[in-house]
Amino acid sequence: MNAVRFGRYALNGAAGLSLGFILLPLIFVTWLAFFRQEIPSFPPEGYSLQWFTAAANNKPFIDGFVLSLEVAVVSTLIGLALGVPASLALVRHRIPLGPGVSTLLLLPLVMPGIVLGTATYVFQIEVEIATQIPVMGSLGGLIAAHTLVVIPWVVRLVTASLAGFDRSIEEAAQNLGAGPFTTFWRVTLPSIRPGLVAAALFGFVTSFGNLEMSLFLVGPGRTTLPIAILQYLEWKIDPTVAAASLIQIVLIGAAMIVTDRYVKLSRVV
Amino acid sequence: MSFASHPDDAIRLADVRKQFGDTAALAGVSLKAKPGSFVVLLGPSGCGKSTLLRVLAGLEQATSGTIELSGRDVSRLPPAQRGISMVFQSYALFPHLSVAENIVFGLKARGVPAADRAARLKDAAALVGLGHLLERRPSQLSGGQQQRVALARAIVAQAPICLMDEPLSNLDAKLRNEMRREIRALQQRLKLTMVYVTHDQAEAMSMADQVVLMRDGHVEQDASPAELYARPATRFAATFIGTPPMSLVRLTAGEGGAVLEGAPGHVLAPAQAAGQWLGVRPEEIVLSDAEGLPAGIAGAEFLGGETVLSCVIGTGTQVLQVRVPGLCALPVGTPVRLRLPQTLHLFDDATGRRIEDFPSNLASPFSSKDNATCR
Repeated sequence: MNAVRFGRYALNGAAGLSLGFILLPLIFVTWLAFFRQEIPSFPPEGYSLQWFTAAANNKPFIDGFVLSLEVAVVSTLIGLALGVPASLALVRHRIPLGPGVSTLLLLPLVMPGIVLGTATYVFQIEVEIATQIPVMGSLGGLIAAHTLVVIPWVVRLVTASLAGFDRSIEEAAQNLGAGPFTTFWRVTLPSIRPGLVAAALFGFVTSFGNLEMSLFLVGPGRTTLPIAILQYLEWKIDPTVAAASLIQIVLIGAAMIVTDRYVKLSRVV
Repeated sequence: MSFASHPDDAIRLADVRKQFGDTAALAGVSLKAKPGSFVVLLGPSGCGKSTLLRVLAGLEQATSGTIELSGRDVSRLPPAQRGISMVFQSYALFPHLSVAENIVFGLKARGVPAADRAARLKDAAALVGLGHLLERRPSQLSGGQQQRVALARAIVAQAPICLMDEPLSNLDAKLRNEMRREIRALQQRLKLTMVYVTHDQAEAMSMADQVVLMRDGHVEQDASPAELYARPATRFAATFIGTPPMSLVRLTAGEGGAVLEGAPGHVLAPAQAAGQWLGVRPEEIVLSDAEGLPAGIAGAEFLGGETVLSCVIGTGTQVLQVRVPGLCALPVGTPVRLRLPQTLHLFDDATGRRIEDFPSNLASPFSSKDNATCR
């Protein structure tokens, strides 16, 4: 009995430590955002909301936020449009080199961002030289690259949803008079909705927070929020960055909570 | 809700084949069904009964052969245009839609006006007793209730032909018996032509007008339940129907005719029947003290209302099963005598087919009615 109890304590303790390890940076960033002094030092001299005002009035941050939002939304939509049919093909048909294609689609997730960025950078320059179309540094080029990091999430989560999918409900729909399009739109898609929502959320967050790859691809006057923050940090270390981060954390957290009300994320991921 | 009957057959299949790679799931199936009849496709798993149903529904394309429904060739039509409703084994309810939305899904897809939809939903829901559950999601229903939703969704389409693929296999025994009667009543009330797949012979015998017994992709026997029981066309049919099924024993040549090994004195069939198989229904054998085939008890299974005895014939090794009413606790090794019925079944050893009208010259010694040993 004692061994069982000890085991339980050990498990709870380990879980607590891990949770603390994950939460500690968030807690410090949150705390730091409210410091009054400019140079972060402990203990704080006092508290203030001035850094939030500073973050909200920082033009590079605002422009970066808008661009990041734009890029993340568009690349998530494109990623879904490409990833869902790809997942359907992978799960339902024996396509040639199926496992290879599957690995290829998941690869951007395990590839270091720097490598992905360099590769995309070289590729876009080559395309530009070959076609004379200005790809490098364009909004389209950035979105295309971000789509690359969204696709693995879509393929992974949608494939998982489709694996447990009872195909007889599609047959039932066809038997009841629905054509292939109606069947897909009214039966298949709604049935994998949790997977779709989770894929959209994770794809969005991955794109929104991407720094390493974007560094290679942004053009003059076109800076995403993570890059704007990095550039700010090169000159100043004051709590403005902490405040901007906290705003991001709150926005993403809110998005997750709202999503979770409609789709239980813990069940999909 | 009733459907006009057609003068012709509701279903007519001619040499339908379905090939999956090298294996023939259907090896030339032909059958007919009258409008308003309850047809059961019966057979062990892998016999092709579900494939046949899917080919009928259009969910699989037949490799060759024709399928006519009410005189219309539908062989190449997609599922939506065949005028068939279907109940799936897994029920195949749409998990994201409410019960009501599930039921009217097909009506919406076919563009039935909203007012008409509402009326038909009400009728169908009332018919299967779902009126109070219309707003629920399928996941909030019990297995029996989900089954009813699937039924309602099928009948609301008002298709003259309804297919069911082992619809009761996921229900417990008590509910299964209840639903069996309900489905049969519903089919008769709506004058539906029903094609019902099952591997459960009790379900087939109790519900069907016509049983199509299948094996390895072909039709083994196509007959009424009574005919299937009384005159099995093959050895397979004989051993598939009945609880316990018909006992089959091999006849050997003996003095004066064909006998069973180990019991040379008892001629059971004319001499030319030697080498063929004799079939006897366990419930038609009577235990006797005095006369009949000598046998020894090899085992007894008490089932409540009856006991099934396994009896080894004479000094041989072949076994006949005997079903006697009530408890009959005979110890292993007890010598008994078996009175065989007048109607014996004979099957060809090579083809497995029934040998019709063999002269049974040995009826008289086996016709008495007493049951002396067990009481």
